[in-house]
Amino acid sequence: MRTSSHLVYLIALPLFSSALLLLLGRMADKWGHIFATLISASAFGVGISEFMEMHSHTGANRAATQKLFEWISVGNLKVDASLLLDQLSICFVLLITGVGTLIHIYSIAYMDHDKDRRRFFAYLNFFIAAMLLLVLGDSYLNLYVGWEGVGLASYLLIGFWNHNPTYAVAAKKAFIANRIGDVGLSLAIMICFTQFGAVSFDGVKAGASHASPAALTAIGAMLLLAAAGKSAQFPLQSWLGDAMAGPTPVSALIHAATMVTAGVYLITRSNFIFDASSTARILVVTVGVITLLFGAIVGTAKDDIKKALAASTMSQIGYMILATGLGPVGYAFAIMHLLTHGFFKAGMFLGAGSVMHGMDDEINMRKFGGLARLMPITAVTFGLGYLAILGVPPFAGFYSKDKIIETAFNQGGGKGIILGGAALLGAGITAFYMTRVVVLTFAGAKRWKDGSHPHESSVLMWGPMVVLAIGSIASGFLLSAGGALVNWLQPVVNASHAEGGKELMKPLVVSVLALGIVVLGAGYAIIKYRTVPEVAPENVSIFTKIARKDLYQDIFNDVVLVKPGTTLTAGLVATDHNVIDGAVRLVGWLISEVSDVLRKLQNGYVRTYALMMFVGVFIGALILWVVTA
Amino acid sequence: MLTTPNLDYNLLAPILIVLGGALIGVFVEGFIGRAYRARIQIIIALLTTATAFCWVISIHNLISQSAAVDSVSIDGGGLFMQGAILAMAFVALLFFTQNDHFAPQASALPGSQEEAAAVLAGVQMTEIYPLVLFAISGMLLFPVAHDLITLFVALEVLSIPLYIITGLARRRRLLSQEAALKYFLLGAYSSAFFLFGGALVYGFSGSLSLATIRTAAATPGANHIFLLLGIVLMSVGLLFKVGAVPFHSWTPDVYQGAPTAVTGFMAACTKVAAFGAMFRIFIVGFAAVQNDWRPVFVAISIVTMAGGAIAAISQRDVKRTLAYSSITHAGFLLAGVIALSQAGLTSMMFYLVAYGFATIGAFGIVTLVRDSTGEVNDLNRWAGLAKKSPGVATAFALFLLSFGGIPLTAGFIAKFSIFTAAYASGNIAIVVVGVLSSAIALFFYLRVILIMFFKEPTDDTVTVVVPSFLVTTGITICFVITLVLGVYPNLLFNLATTMTTLVP
Repeated sequence: MRTSSHLVYLIALPLFSSALLLLLGRMADKWGHIFATLISASAFGVGISEFMEMHSHTGANRAATQKLFEWISVGNLKVDASLLLDQLSICFVLLITGVGTLIHIYSIAYMDHDKDRRRFFAYLNFFIAAMLLLVLGDSYLNLYVGWEGVGLASYLLIGFWNHNPTYAVAAKKAFIANRIGDVGLSLAIMICFTQFGAVSFDGVKAGASHASPAALTAIGAMLLLAAAGKSAQFPLQSWLGDAMAGPTPVSALIHAATMVTAGVYLITRSNFIFDASSTARILVVTVGVITLLFGAIVGTAKDDIKKALAASTMSQIGYMILATGLGPVGYAFAIMHLLTHGFFKAGMFLGAGSVMHGMDDEINMRKFGGLARLMPITAVTFGLGYLAILGVPPFAGFYSKDKIIETAFNQGGGKGIILGGAALLGAGITAFYMTRVVVLTFAGAKRWKDGSHPHESSVLMWGPMVVLAIGSIASGFLLSAGGALVNWLQPVVNASHAEGGKELMKPLVVSVLALGIVVLGAGYAIIKYRTVPEVAPENVSIFTKIARKDLYQDIFNDVVLVKPGTTLTAGLVATDHNVIDGAVRLVGWLISEVSDVLRKLQNGYVRTYALMMFVGVFIGALILWVVTA
Repeated sequence: MLTTPNLDYNLLAPILIVLGGALIGVFVEGFIGRAYRARIQIIIALLTTATAFCWVISIHNLISQSAAVDSVSIDGGGLFMQGAILAMAFVALLFFTQNDHFAPQASALPGSQEEAAAVLAGVQMTEIYPLVLFAISGMLLFPVAHDLITLFVALEVLSIPLYIITGLARRRRLLSQEAALKYFLLGAYSSAFFLFGGALVYGFSGSLSLATIRTAAATPGANHIFLLLGIVLMSVGLLFKVGAVPFHSWTPDVYQGAPTAVTGFMAACTKVAAFGAMFRIFIVGFAAVQNDWRPVFVAISIVTMAGGAIAAISQRDVKRTLAYSSITHAGFLLAGVIALSQAGLTSMMFYLVAYGFATIGAFGIVTLVRDSTGEVNDLNRWAGLAKKSPGVATAFALFLLSFGGIPLTAGFIAKFSIFTAAYASGNIAIVVVGVLSSAIALFFYLRVILIMFFKEPTDDTVTVVVPSFLVTTGITICFVITLVLGVYPNLLFNLATTMTTLVP
């Protein structure tokens, strides 16, 4: 492994820019956005040069490290602040800085009218820095720093337009779900330290080879919990839809292309843990399959274009998580889907932003219709992303998603059929809801009020969309040609020993099956949405109703997180609006109730306090008596 | 024939210097004219703490168990705590210098004509400085005391001045006096427990010295009932001082009522002294029966972490919020005591410093946010503070992030290392509850940040006063320490690791 002295610039540049823009305040209002965009572009430049450098080496020398300084050294715990750039992290570096730069450019126009545009760009830069730290840290602890950083950035950016109270609630919800995930990550780190005496990836990898299965499963489960929180996976998925309250470029960058995929990175990075624990792998595929179906079904009933895309993101990340649970060969396909998804989903989000921009921030798709003629570039770029997510050959998703479905089938036996079947079904539903989005937005008759004047956005906005659309076309082929990405990642995920495994389904058969079900789903949507009522109809089937309620995810969370005793049915029947608002509210409510009780104990009377102390002494003595007896 | 006890003045100097400074302060009150007093007192107090701090540095690698016969043990652990107390006290004293914290004349009835006359005459309660120095001398003695009587004396010396200065707030004087009385009553109550516990331990071991108590406790076959009961009762006195649940109920009331600069001093320095003493007592005196008392401490640590974090959520007053936050931190710190290992002590030392400076800085900033009637403690009125004073809001945000344990602040390293020490000693339950509590706690820290940065200012009467040079220095020191220890914690860890010696 070689050492490099340039890695730090990747993080330092955007971090410096962010600090500068925040410190200078209004003085930087005039040029802050341009500066931030240039910085992001130069980070991309550093990324490209690092990639070239890496490409020119072979074998173990491809990966590079840079030790910044000794960070913590107390007792047995020694952690360096070191960066690691290997075949896996470079994929992320290029995605984050590349897509990040495009979105910076887009935001210049999109946030043009916002008086806090400079602050917005400072946060975007901060996000880039934190996300890069997340993927470049060489230990779980360094990763955790970035992990918290992106969480903070996401929190700040979701609540950016915080004059609207629902947005503040959304930020809160995202915060709590992420916190639960973070608890998982910190526990995983502590178990790692006590089991292996190390928290670096190398140290844990070395220790994992002779660790007890129980410890590995515990670490795996905690890492999965962390991944679920960050990547909006079941059962912590409920925040992603609400996070759409943030500005659209944020949804594209953070809540589609990069941050929400951090969970996939975490699991892929920890492949040595999951390879060694089949129980943890089963948990992973279960979470993946549930989420991919869950997200897809929720997506069918959303009228808010961004929420429909968010449900789709959830579902697509479900595919990636599923792939990471399928053993060594799955990791590469997960990352491939992550990269192609980064292109097409970011592109579609930017398209949605462009539509909103032209439609006075209208987000209800029932009030769109027939926009293709007025916004041709948006329609075409969105359409290319649409073909990519459907998996139509030769667009990007065809290469990545079909590979995941194929690998799922190749698990063999009942497991293979269930996983593969679910993935296939998910593809069909995806085709349905994505077609619905496209038809409602771009096709059919116009349904908007006479007051709106839909128009194509400026070049600053459609330029990035075009670039991402090209990615949606070509990235799949480029990444999979000759097994490019699989071979590239092989040293990290150690996929070699799984190659040549049994091939139960011919790739061609899978592709034909997938394409068939996609055509079915898309065709059904086209027929169903030939006419679109402006107000969502009430007399719909029970399934639509359930889907509109996000499959009762909030109630479900309530049952899982708050009242484990209550049955699921009872939770589904209770449609009381006070209850519906969900897990997060209920956890919050429970805590604040307890908090109120505590406040009442704090009544200001010395006699009460003295009594409390006395009772405390009594209970303390009682515990002692029980212990010693 | 009476022989005089042999005192090692070199080793006792830090305590004696502070005591001497306090006595000089008393003379100043008596003999110097009113016009000069305040300035002279400030200089004496700052000089005294600084000198004592330098002295601690000069003796930092000495070890002795007979500095004052067998009553005081000077060692790495004790000197680290002394140094930390002095450094924090120095910074905290900088915030005392805003002369409008304290009642002009404590003896005047709130709202009376005498009070108004005193305000008009520009009278200041400069007695506050000698009182603080007396409290500091008690705090310095507490973590190095090696027998039960010295412990008790130190406890009282540090407590009594605190009771008094709690009641000296200039505004909302009734609240302040009520807090002082409560603090005194409950403090006396807890001291009684401590004393009774000490008596039982003496009854068990026949000795006041921690070393002899350890030998007695380690004797196999001994009947431990008095020892264990004594430990529980003595713990009450210590846990009261650190504000652990269920001995915490004074904390919110007193933190709110006391003059804010005093609150910062109390919250930081008292905790260092009490945790220092606690660690010494338990590892030197009671380690042999740790399996018996540990469950009690685990239970207390868990309810303290969770209780503090949960109760903080419904607070609307910034000082009460910080009070509950300090209760939560006491729970985290107890994890270090429970670990009862060298790693536990090192991380506890780091935690105390990280927490202490952030606390002093945070309370220091609270003194700056005001309207025409004085400090504004209602959180809702802090809305949009960042627009009024970005620098102050940023510093406060950093302190809060450090309390919350966000990476790259000192608080993160502190939490991580203390939990790791607890986990390594097998106390997994504490770690799980601790991580969950810090997740809950972060919620209200971030809420304050959101209020400051993202809400539009609603209240034009609230302003941030321009801090004086000394106050700015204080906030800057706290800010830099919080940040530097987060990025480069080894500066302190390396020192702490070499100073974990405890005289048996």
